[in-house]
Amino acid sequence: MIAYIVRRLIQGVFVLIIVSVLVFIVMRLLPGDPLMLYIAEHQLTLLPPEDIEALRVQFGLDKSLPLQYVDWVAGIFRGDLGTSIFFREKVADLIARRLPVTAYLGSLAFILSTIVGILAGVISAVRRGRPLDTGVTTAANLGITLPSFWLGILMIYLFALRLHWLPVYGYTSPFEDFWLSTRQAVMPVICLSVFSIASTARQARSSILEVVRQDYIRTAWAKGLRERVIVMRHVLKNGLIPVITLRGMHVSLIFGGAVVIETVFNIPGMGRLMVEAVLGRDYQVVQAGILLIALVVVLANLIVDISYGWLDPRVRYD
Amino acid sequence: MLEKRTLPTDFTEMLPRVSEFRRFRRVFFSRRLVVFGLIVILALIVTAIFAPFIAPYNPYKMDLSRKLLQPCREHILGTDSLGRDTLSRVIYGTRTSLMVSVIAIGIAGSIGMTMGLLAGYFGGITNMVIMRFTDALMSFPMILLAMVVAAVLGGGLKNVIIALGVGMIAPYCRLMCGQVLSVKENDYITAGRAIGASNLRMMLGHILPNCFPPLIVLLTLMMGTVILAEASLSFLGIGITPLTAAWGSMVNDGYKYLLTHLMLSFAPGLAIMLVVFAFNMVGDGLRDALDPRLRGTL
Repeated sequence: MIAYIVRRLIQGVFVLIIVSVLVFIVMRLLPGDPLMLYIAEHQLTLLPPEDIEALRVQFGLDKSLPLQYVDWVAGIFRGDLGTSIFFREKVADLIARRLPVTAYLGSLAFILSTIVGILAGVISAVRRGRPLDTGVTTAANLGITLPSFWLGILMIYLFALRLHWLPVYGYTSPFEDFWLSTRQAVMPVICLSVFSIASTARQARSSILEVVRQDYIRTAWAKGLRERVIVMRHVLKNGLIPVITLRGMHVSLIFGGAVVIETVFNIPGMGRLMVEAVLGRDYQVVQAGILLIALVVVLANLIVDISYGWLDPRVRYD
Repeated sequence: MLEKRTLPTDFTEMLPRVSEFRRFRRVFFSRRLVVFGLIVILALIVTAIFAPFIAPYNPYKMDLSRKLLQPCREHILGTDSLGRDTLSRVIYGTRTSLMVSVIAIGIAGSIGMTMGLLAGYFGGITNMVIMRFTDALMSFPMILLAMVVAAVLGGGLKNVIIALGVGMIAPYCRLMCGQVLSVKENDYITAGRAIGASNLRMMLGHILPNCFPPLIVLLTLMMGTVILAEASLSFLGIGITPLTAAWGSMVNDGYKYLLTHLMLSFAPGLAIMLVVFAFNMVGDGLRDALDPRLRGTL
């Protein structure tokens, strides 16, 4: 087990290095010299050429690309992510303010979709062919096709503009005004989790149906065990393993959904920050934001893989 | 695959010959939703090709004297803030949506499958480098990856297609690699190697054709994903110019007039849903019909 964890950790570090190199290269491919951007931003266009050269040396832009990469990574470890041109503040401060919003809504969506998705999938598999199964399967098939932004707009129309049950949009920290915050969070969290709920339910249903066919389940029935015991102890334990891998992938999916949903509901989180940064060509923010999101996703998948190895001993030995 | 060896002694052990195609056809057409999905897709392709003949108006013609009309007899779905007919724009949106998704899938499929084939066939260090690279690609949410690529390349339909294509390489690569690893174990591969077939011939002639069924399923299922992603990008206003009739940007345009003109957002969104649903159902049907593990259970 320890050897497995160590191997996965090494792989994770390796992936992070590739991620950072990719981000670095892509950002260097962008049109425009970073120094010229800096000069334009600080209105230093009248600087003499030798001062520009001095600035180039000061920012380390005279060094070779690999050395620039090392400088950039070292900066990240010191917490220096550069300065945003568009928002005119330190990228680290900007992200520190925006990330908790997405993390809060995202984790609510993650928890909701895990519970509801697995529950729906298990119930529909156990009651295969009954009306309940048909209902869940139909809902899940529709759930994976709904464009989340469209669902959000329709929900705003119905629950906010027509029925006046919920506020139209916006975000309030739960520490400031818990009740308002929760009311504002209802629609975004549902929109963020619909796809995840539906695809988890589909995956859970099909993998459980696979397990139900196995010989050891027939043996369990033959032994005269009760349905509850068979489902809880034998079916779920084996049937949910593929679902757990899927949960890991959904961390990235929920971040992707946040990009769209935060725009619909006007929520000042990471997702909208990324949209604003891309539209405003604020590359420092794009670079830092995408690296950070990838980091969270890699860590989440690492946790999933390790728990996977713990749940399924076969994984450890390949 | 079908058994073609004849065993000279024991004829009783031989299974009756089943036509693969007939079995596929029986399973595939047995579910009504799958047939429904297929009909929708065919209808969409026809709509996309013959859009100028089907659409009642020119989707790009602005007429400010007829702006924001409610649905009526002349404009079944009403008109938008620039006086353009919503129904015609939804019809033309089919073109944008199908074109972007088919080409993007083509790009992602060809690059991803080549990478997966190389990784699976050569194994060792090639496999490790390619798979870790795929892991790295997978750790960016697809929309975000496409957004950044679109930002690097600049706007325009062509760049949206490339951006979405790059965003979807990883799943193909992974699936292909897994397929190759399992196909490689077959006896006919060893036989091919024994007669001295070149690596290229082994990969293209013997391994690739035997990896196809699950890839076709993934291709169909990814159509839904890429259509949703394209719609999300155009909803955010990234890439596709506001003049182009794209469903995502139409939903966004309608958002401003939500209280009075619900149809402006509702109609294009429903179109997205219908298309994605159709592709998902056909993908499910293909999987049921092609996946050997499900054989006999359906």
